[in-house]
Amino acid sequence: MKQVYFLGRKAIAIISGIGRALILLISALAHVPNPKKGFPLLLNQLYAVGVLSLVIIIVSGTFIGMVLALQGYTILVGYGAEASLGPMVALSLIRELGPVIAALLFAGRAGSALTAEIGLMKATEQLSSLEMMAVDPLRRIIAPRFWAGLISLPLLTAMFSAVGILGAHLVGVDWLGVDSGTFWSVMQGQVDFEKDIVNSIIKSIVFAFVITWIAVFKGYDCDPTSEGISKATTATVVQSSLWVLSLDFILTALMFSN
Amino acid sequence: MVSKKVELMVGFFVALGIGALLMLALKVADSGLSGSDETYNLYAKFDNVGGLKVRSPIKVGGVVVGRVSDISLDVEDYTPVVTLKIYAKYNNFSEATSVSILTAGLLGEQYIGLLPGFIDEDIEILVTGDFIEDTKPALVLEELIGQFLFSQGSDD
Repeated sequence: MKQVYFLGRKAIAIISGIGRALILLISALAHVPNPKKGFPLLLNQLYAVGVLSLVIIIVSGTFIGMVLALQGYTILVGYGAEASLGPMVALSLIRELGPVIAALLFAGRAGSALTAEIGLMKATEQLSSLEMMAVDPLRRIIAPRFWAGLISLPLLTAMFSAVGILGAHLVGVDWLGVDSGTFWSVMQGQVDFEKDIVNSIIKSIVFAFVITWIAVFKGYDCDPTSEGISKATTATVVQSSLWVLSLDFILTALMFSN
Repeated sequence: MVSKKVELMVGFFVALGIGALLMLALKVADSGLSGSDETYNLYAKFDNVGGLKVRSPIKVGGVVVGRVSDISLDVEDYTPVVTLKIYAKYNNFSEATSVSILTAGLLGEQYIGLLPGFIDEDIEILVTGDFIEDTKPALVLEELIGQFLFSQGSDD
């Protein structure tokens, strides 16, 4: 009997959590941002979420591109197929590694910060005092952060892929001696704009949606204690990573299987 | 409320992101600014299309003049019909043009090779919707090996 109570309690907690997350999402999205007041808020969040993530995205993108080129070259040269280095690097970056790794880095760099910030606002009752002053915290705190995340991650993903391809060019062409013209032209023959690049952007938009939603909700919903904030921050990183990886499989299966 | 520095950095960030997207679209995928190329359709019936795919290139002497836009089966005589989408600037193929399915290298992708026919007073130029009559099907390696073995056997 005790186990049944336990099971019921867990199920109700999960379902009501989903419900609260949905209510938060809908009410954050339903507020049409006031262009005059909302835009400065959005700009500040774009700075915090996007600009400050630039360094980690660009550095890791370059190194991942370089490593892909180095590893790919040693395998491809065995078949005399080092001309395929360009499309191999470009397709793996654009289709998979770009959206996924950028999303994972984004969850660690920006998602955790969002959760901790909102959680601390809740713990120090800043959210309640905003409500006391008749300022809707959803509109003022949640919505700009949500939109900033949704705008930033696709841009960061594009930069990640672009920088990774340049890194691969650096290693493959300038260091290992693949011909530069072959590198680009074979890549251009294999990469399709609609099939590969548009799908990569769709993936990153989906990931951005999931990560910022989880981050914002975990912060808004956390226990207002120091322990609660630490738990919520951990949960943001763990859950958004798991969601990104599993959604990536589903999206890939939908997009690339004929 | 928003400092000048934040505005500058966000502007820089967005520009960089759009720049990266443009680089992916133009330099990596080489999509061009799509939609600007006008095309017209020709059709060709083959006995066998082999491994030809939609979007396979159509080449004249190695130069890409179009892409395969559709492969379907004619339900009346059960032969495959390939739709050839050819760039409008190459609009001077005569009725005597022949079309064959070729393979790039031994194991490469299959593509369509067009061999432009002669142009004469009583030969008409192909326009959109026309069928190319002179077609050569794809070579299927297994059939070739089968014929080779068969002809070897019949020598004795």
